[in-house]
Amino acid sequence: MSAPQISLTVAFDVNGKSCARHNVEARRTLADFLREDMSLTGTHLGCEHGACGACTVLIDGAPARSCLTLAAQANGTQITTVEGLAHGAVLHPLQRAFKEKHALQCGFCTPGFLVAAAALLSENPDPTELQVREYLSGNICRCTGYQFIIAAVLAAAAEINGKAGSNV
Amino acid sequence: MSEQGIGKRVVRKEDQRFLTGKGHYTDDLQRIRQTHAYFLRSPHAHAKIARIDTKAAQSAPGVVAVFTGADTAAAKVGSLICGWVVKDKHGEPHKAPPHPALAVDTVRHVGDTVAMVIAETEAQAKDAAEKIVVDYQELPAVINPAKALDKGAAQLHAEAPGNLCYDWELGDRAAVDAAFAKAAHVTKIDLVNNRLIPNAMEPRAAAAEYDAGSGQYTLWTTSQNPHVTRLVLSAFVLGIPEHKLRVIAPDVGGGFGSKIFIYAEETLLTWASAKVNRPIKWTAERNESFVSDAHGRDHVTHAELAMDKDGKFLALKVDTIANMGAYLSTFATAVPTYLYGTLLAGQYTTPAIHVNVRSVFTNTAPVDAYRGAGRPEATFVLERIVEQAAREMKIDKAELRRRNFIATDAYPYQTPVALAYDSGNYAGALKKALEMADYDGFEKRRADSKAKGKLRGIGLSAYIEACGLAPSAVVGSLGAGVGQWESAQVRFNPTGNVQVYTGSHSHGQGHETTFAQLVSTQLGVPLDQVEVIHGDTASVPFGMGTYGSRSLAVGGSAIVKACDKIIAKGKKIAAHMLEASAADIEFKNGVFSIAGTDKQVPLGGVVFSAYVPHNYPLNEVEPGMDENAFYDPANFTYPAGVHICEIEIDPDTGVSTIAKFTAVDDFGNLVNPMIVEGQVHGGIGQGIGQALLEHGVYDEKSGQLLTGSYMDYTMPRADDLPSFDVGYQVTPCPHNPLGVKGCGEAGAIAAPAAVMNAIHDALAPVGVKSIDMPATSSRVWQAIQRANTKMAAE
Repeated sequence: MSAPQISLTVAFDVNGKSCARHNVEARRTLADFLREDMSLTGTHLGCEHGACGACTVLIDGAPARSCLTLAAQANGTQITTVEGLAHGAVLHPLQRAFKEKHALQCGFCTPGFLVAAAALLSENPDPTELQVREYLSGNICRCTGYQFIIAAVLAAAAEINGKAGSNV
Repeated sequence: MSEQGIGKRVVRKEDQRFLTGKGHYTDDLQRIRQTHAYFLRSPHAHAKIARIDTKAAQSAPGVVAVFTGADTAAAKVGSLICGWVVKDKHGEPHKAPPHPALAVDTVRHVGDTVAMVIAETEAQAKDAAEKIVVDYQELPAVINPAKALDKGAAQLHAEAPGNLCYDWELGDRAAVDAAFAKAAHVTKIDLVNNRLIPNAMEPRAAAAEYDAGSGQYTLWTTSQNPHVTRLVLSAFVLGIPEHKLRVIAPDVGGGFGSKIFIYAEETLLTWASAKVNRPIKWTAERNESFVSDAHGRDHVTHAELAMDKDGKFLALKVDTIANMGAYLSTFATAVPTYLYGTLLAGQYTTPAIHVNVRSVFTNTAPVDAYRGAGRPEATFVLERIVEQAAREMKIDKAELRRRNFIATDAYPYQTPVALAYDSGNYAGALKKALEMADYDGFEKRRADSKAKGKLRGIGLSAYIEACGLAPSAVVGSLGAGVGQWESAQVRFNPTGNVQVYTGSHSHGQGHETTFAQLVSTQLGVPLDQVEVIHGDTASVPFGMGTYGSRSLAVGGSAIVKACDKIIAKGKKIAAHMLEASAADIEFKNGVFSIAGTDKQVPLGGVVFSAYVPHNYPLNEVEPGMDENAFYDPANFTYPAGVHICEIEIDPDTGVSTIAKFTAVDDFGNLVNPMIVEGQVHGGIGQGIGQALLEHGVYDEKSGQLLTGSYMDYTMPRADDLPSFDVGYQVTPCPHNPLGVKGCGEAGAIAAPAAVMNAIHDALAPVGVKSIDMPATSSRVWQAIQRANTKMAAE
């Protein structure tokens, strides 16, 4: 099989900034494009077959596996990566809660969890523990045993909803 | 300050970069003129390579170079090594067949490296690899360790007749036989400890660069111990002088043992970087990780426990076959011997123990240390047979353990299998765990489950581990090729902040925080003024790295020693500044003072004076404030505890649900309870994974890895695990300055036996006697069906 020759122009917004690249190989994945062409190395590749969720990004607000998405497929969309969660120096409530609840160890799966959890909270601002466990079951963490990740997502939800003092 | 010191729940310093996508993992590197490597791997479990034709690949678009085993052999690239020599029962060293980084004439497992393609892009390297023609002549393969020693089994290595790596024993066989002869009861058990695939979420990766001007190589690699990597590559494999090779292990996304070892890929990248005179990067795809990372466990064991009429353990004998895979990984030989047989006393006074281990070669990926490494296997044997014995003797499982525990006043306690335990309170941990788990209320809960048509069981696991590896003299006498001390350097800057260099390596453990807490407490420096630096052989003193739950007990102790040297030097300087005798100077909370007076000078002032020595005792003390220490532990540390699993099984589906999981661990003193609890959770998660879900399976005929993706190899996800109830028993370690024991592996060691004991407890009433890990719903359902059929027939 010879190398695919098709090249495309790809243009989309990443974390609020518009970007365009020419001569993008048709087979280039969104993950490789973000990591190598945009130097946004916060998005990680854990399995490259859509099963671990480490590469999760938001495409037009919906969570997507950037390892199974071609860069060309994202043409014309708005993409959010882990680098886009914080507002300048102010961390997203999920990022703060992950830190406070010790929801990360090696940090490799963390970007995918943060992005997936952000999608969860935008769909369901006040999830139960079971709903969090179910929603995040598309992401694998090998370090934490998940308990503190679940606690962090619930704490962030409580903060976003303005509930004083979370009970988790 | 005290809110940030030893014993406090301090949030982690390293989190900021990980949470914002600003970490620096190996695959994030982009070097100028960087090329990409791709490895062509064997599709066969065992085959002769009749011919390799790389011509078409060499001229494919973007290709820089293609190398095969013929090239590395011609260049005299050495064999990958196994660094621990185990002597068999006749005193002969283990069989050590060569392990070429690129296969020369034979491939011995699916995934064995056959050729390396270097190209401008990863895609071009991969495209070119497809153009390499390899003529394989397939050979018969052996996969199952229990069959590797059979007459007529496929043979892997001429150097290891019969596929035997070694036949090793420990303990007094005659004493064991005598005890069995007078036993009132003997419990026998057959166990499989399932093959696991570690699966750190960051795949292995490496990048290598050669500077032709200086002759300097730099290797970035996903390593838990960069100095050991440098030593092995320099002294044994590549012959690059140690001072011309810099190894950097930047942020590493989990290891669990699998990143201790020195693999073919980083070896080849380093070697080839000079050949092509350009930087080369390689990152494993997950399917490559599955077939080329060192796997874990894979034991087949028969064990027998002899007891008197009251259930007092008289003797234990254990016979194990351990799978080494196709080649010996870096520390493979030690895992089923000195990290396994020595732990078979567990928490008990069993006076006579004998263990025989035969390690065998098979056509599978190499097997080496994975979280716990030998100790989970020992705990599984012992704790499964103890509960089996309790069932057979009709003695309560907690009571049977109590009758056999080593007493709290018996330390140091010499076991019959080499180790001398230093401290512990096993009965205390058991009592606490039973209370937390509401053990007394279990029968009521079992009855409630039964009323709903469910089967409920409870299982205990009273584990011990020897960690904090290790006293160098001891491991040296047992065949280790290295010392196992740790290094530390505490370097003050003139402005008063501190850089701490440690030979330990953090790949999730939070050393940047925990070690800073140590320095903050010892020296009274605010946490944010302490920077912990690790993972670079160019800046960190030679260190042994992180494995075997050693970082705090050994690496942390080295930091304390370095802090002590800072204080001792600071006292001399302060004495000069305060015009007093050094013997009269006290140091507390970052301040030097003359005892019994209010005359004092803060550490920052002393440090400044050391760097700007205008008024300074130069004839007594050197300028500067920068101290090195090396710490070699006096003994292992012995974390121990009790984990209890309560499980409910739906007999109609075989689905097991963990109703409650309780852990009481004795790690000695805790430096950061939040981080410790995280380590416990993660270990339990992996232990439950082994018990219920995970299994590295090869097809016995073809030798293909059937569980080669996340669609096939099942790791626990958020909806597979419960929340864990974690408590502590604290008996400080008596021989290290912090009184700490090590917490990283406990969960993975204890949990499998707790879960499987719970499953056997739940299934005993329906006649299921034995079920192997992983107890998947399918296996449980089938076991129940078989038992039903058998019962109906009887």
